[in-house]
Amino acid sequence: MTLVQSKEQTAIEEITPAEALEELNSGGVTLIDTREPHEYSEVHLDGGRLVPPGILADNIADAAPDRSGRVLLYCRSGIRSATAAEQMMELGYENVASVAGGILEWQAQGLPVIEAAGLTADQRDRYSRHTLLPEVGVDGQIKMLNAKVLLLGAGGLGAPTALYLAAAGIGTIGLIDDDVVDASNLQRQVIHNTERVGMPKTTSARLTIEALNPDINVIEHNYRLDASNVIEVLSQYDVIVDGADNFPVRYLLNDASVRLGKPVVSASILSFDGQISTFVPYEGPCYRCLYPTPPPADLAPSCSENGVLGVMAGLMGLLQANEVIKLVVGIGEPLIGRLLLYESLGTRFTELKIRRDPDCPICGPDAANIPDSELGQFPDYDLFCAG
Amino acid sequence: MATIKIPPVLRKQTGGEAEVSAKGATVGELLHSLTSAHPETESQLFGPEGDLNRYVNIYLNDEDVRVLNGLETAATDSDTVVILPAMAGGR
Repeated sequence: MTLVQSKEQTAIEEITPAEALEELNSGGVTLIDTREPHEYSEVHLDGGRLVPPGILADNIADAAPDRSGRVLLYCRSGIRSATAAEQMMELGYENVASVAGGILEWQAQGLPVIEAAGLTADQRDRYSRHTLLPEVGVDGQIKMLNAKVLLLGAGGLGAPTALYLAAAGIGTIGLIDDDVVDASNLQRQVIHNTERVGMPKTTSARLTIEALNPDINVIEHNYRLDASNVIEVLSQYDVIVDGADNFPVRYLLNDASVRLGKPVVSASILSFDGQISTFVPYEGPCYRCLYPTPPPADLAPSCSENGVLGVMAGLMGLLQANEVIKLVVGIGEPLIGRLLLYESLGTRFTELKIRRDPDCPICGPDAANIPDSELGQFPDYDLFCAG
Repeated sequence: MATIKIPPVLRKQTGGEAEVSAKGATVGELLHSLTSAHPETESQLFGPEGDLNRYVNIYLNDEDVRVLNGLETAATDSDTVVILPAMAGGR
């Protein structure tokens, strides 16, 4: 241990990393990290509490309430922590020491640190704005990288949802769509571009995602979802995003996802209006609790008949991405049991309550009695399709 | 006057109006005030027996009238009725 003189001639106690570790192991010591949040998220000392220099005067009393207690400070190389020690002594702290050489010296001596495990150096950099959020952190980012999300439709809603989920680091993104890119899609389907007209949408989306984020494994399902494949496809994923453009697929998806216990984030858009909800089987209502029967054809026009404002796809698609991330990381309040309506002309959101239907044929009391042999067996939804 | 929010698929029948004012002491009276003013909405909302069509959800403010008192649910001038049919557009 050495005493150094600061410019105000105040003696600051400096201790070596080994001395600091010994004190920490014997307990009764407060450890303060005097670096910036992005440095802390990459590597820090066990038990170290982050108090960046700029907010030290305001925040140190929370981190170290006892001014007579022992407080150890460290930073990257020992300079900022010495300055902080001096500042704390001026604030009346009596027993403060700075770790000489900082965390660099600590690591050089092979002493233990907490590293952002599971993320590569590139990933720590790429996702730093996520890992800085205490609600997400490194653990939340790792959950995203391990998540498998299926997007039903690589069109209006699927395009923005896929782009942002890919940027966010959702590790596996499945895209199911049998369509090809058409020039009339490009007003809203921003994952495609003019050169890709005629290309399968799943391929075009994969190319864009791969250029955006090489971490992402994109799985192309270049066919239509139907009763023969729905169980097999859904089984491979953790969360399903429903951006389908027709009722048969929406009901099919609902029935299969309830049976498999997979959450579905469901949105739809038409003209200047959108709606979105999150269906988590048995935790909240399912799609059939909300809409037990599909409407007749004249009440169920499609975007190709009625038109849709391009930005509606982005707005509702990103609300879907937001729901997916909350489900994957396990934070916030997903839209379970709530239907959110958005009217873009008035710029108004309306929230409605949706309740479980006690008589729902799919998630009601009889659902558990459906034998396994009927899994994947669905009525012919095309009979009541408006398309 | 209470407010009825008209979904996009019914706006052709209301001359393009997204919100319509209506008079009535119950949700049913409000909806009938709407169908009197815009007769083409009637067959979309009600079946031949006068029952609400099952594919249309009606909310009083944020609550489904089916968990309240159905069409008999009391309404005041400050209430908003939302007509909510299912939508499937995604592309």
